[in-house]
Amino acid sequence: MNGTIAMITFRAMLGRKRALLLLGLPLLLLVLAVGLRATGNDDLDVSAQTLQRFGLATLLPLLALIAGTGVIGPEIDDGQIMYVLTKPIRREVIVLTKLVVAIVLVTVFAVVPTLLAGLVLAGTTAGLTPAFTVGVLVGGFAYSAVFVALAVASRNAVTIGLLYALVWESLLGSFAPGAKSASIQQWCLSITDALTDASPVRSSVDLPVAVTLLIAVTAVATFLAAFRLRSLPVASAD
Amino acid sequence: MSTSTIHDIGYRHYGGRRNGRAYVLRSLYTHNLRAAYGLGRPARAKIMPFLLGAIMLLPAAGSVAAFAFTKEPDALIDYSAYANLMQVIVAIFLATQAPVLASRELRFHVVPLYFSRPVGHLDFVLAKLGALATAMFALMAVPVTVLYAGGLVSKAPDPGRQLLDYLGGLAGCVLFAALLSAVGLVVAAWTPRRGFGVAAVIAVYMLSTGFVAVVQGIAEARTNFTLSGWIGLLSPFNLVEIAQVRLLGAEPTVPSVPSGVTPGLVALALIAAVVAGSIAVLYRRFRKAGLS
Repeated sequence: MNGTIAMITFRAMLGRKRALLLLGLPLLLLVLAVGLRATGNDDLDVSAQTLQRFGLATLLPLLALIAGTGVIGPEIDDGQIMYVLTKPIRREVIVLTKLVVAIVLVTVFAVVPTLLAGLVLAGTTAGLTPAFTVGVLVGGFAYSAVFVALAVASRNAVTIGLLYALVWESLLGSFAPGAKSASIQQWCLSITDALTDASPVRSSVDLPVAVTLLIAVTAVATFLAAFRLRSLPVASAD
Repeated sequence: MSTSTIHDIGYRHYGGRRNGRAYVLRSLYTHNLRAAYGLGRPARAKIMPFLLGAIMLLPAAGSVAAFAFTKEPDALIDYSAYANLMQVIVAIFLATQAPVLASRELRFHVVPLYFSRPVGHLDFVLAKLGALATAMFALMAVPVTVLYAGGLVSKAPDPGRQLLDYLGGLAGCVLFAALLSAVGLVVAAWTPRRGFGVAAVIAVYMLSTGFVAVVQGIAEARTNFTLSGWIGLLSPFNLVEIAQVRLLGAEPTVPSVPSGVTPGLVALALIAAVVAGSIAVLYRRFRKAGLS
């Protein structure tokens, strides 16, 4: 961890009006939760569906994509990363710092809203709220690591991430069972499934497999990002 | 000519034909249209638009193949439903390519270089909007044309109705292209930082779509179908869907569309207003950009 890099990154992510970009989606989830509560559609089934479809499957990947690629992507593209890389700071430390910032942002803008939405919708019934909070938190680690690695590796990181989050996980996941099991979303859902006894939450992946894969993906992505940053080609303007 | 004597140091003046405003507009349009597909730029700028274009074509090709084998009329996807069916890909294309057109000149502060030439501020914006709209139209119209041509080749029943449906589908694509590129360019023009433009455009898409889906869900649970239909005007894909269902006679693909011709006209007026408003906003944005 390097405090200065973390501070600069936070300022780049939250400065000006950029925080608004991060704030819109969580607000929508909260509005939805309050709306469902106010209209009386807050039984366990609807609550679990809402938290799963909007919290876990939409809010989390998009927020992690914006945060994960945003902490390092723009700096690499406009060449500012050179001022960081030429300082006597280990590349692993730089990557870890960026990753921690991304995870903090995802926690603030995705995990906390999920917790609040869960409390509004289900209260503490059947352990639904803590289960989804833990699931989204764990997913935040994995998604952030993957998207930071993607941002270091490719200049099309945001588009590739969108294709993964919106097409692979959401669209293909509903047609092809194979694609469904090979997604971070399902692994998080598996953890949520294990923590709650609410019946609507059902995952296609076993818990031990899911935990192993989540840890493996996070570790490999972090390592790859650090490895790739060691010999980063100096960017030219596009 | 007493004032010019000091500065006139003897260079020859240009006395040839001036190509005029139409030429400027055409050049800017072509340049932006090529940029939208990464032509004339390095290979890595071409990957994404063409990859997304290929993904757009896949279901159309699959549908035509399925129809050729089974001869089931249902196997052929509706022309007017295609853009809505593939709206995620269309939105990702818009999110990747709108910043290419709207953000790069702002980011590198080169807009004043354009305006130091005889380029009108309005022409500059119109060329950008037209170019992105054309690129989006091509993205959606090519698969629809593949569907139509495939249907013709494998002898889909009732060719007269097929042609009408096809033309209606193309008109719908025009509406989609105009509305989406207007929204995308405005959002991208306000987020010049790289990567953020893409995220901002997709966030606007997800927010509007999510909000409409939520309100529709709640409204339908309370059997308020009027609200559930009209709220669709707030999300871009749903808005065009209302226009093409009510004015072009397309089959609805979204759960609830308000009935009667009035919503269609309102939707069309709203699309026109959004496009006009976005031209005004872009005009203001680019006019003074980079001068401070």
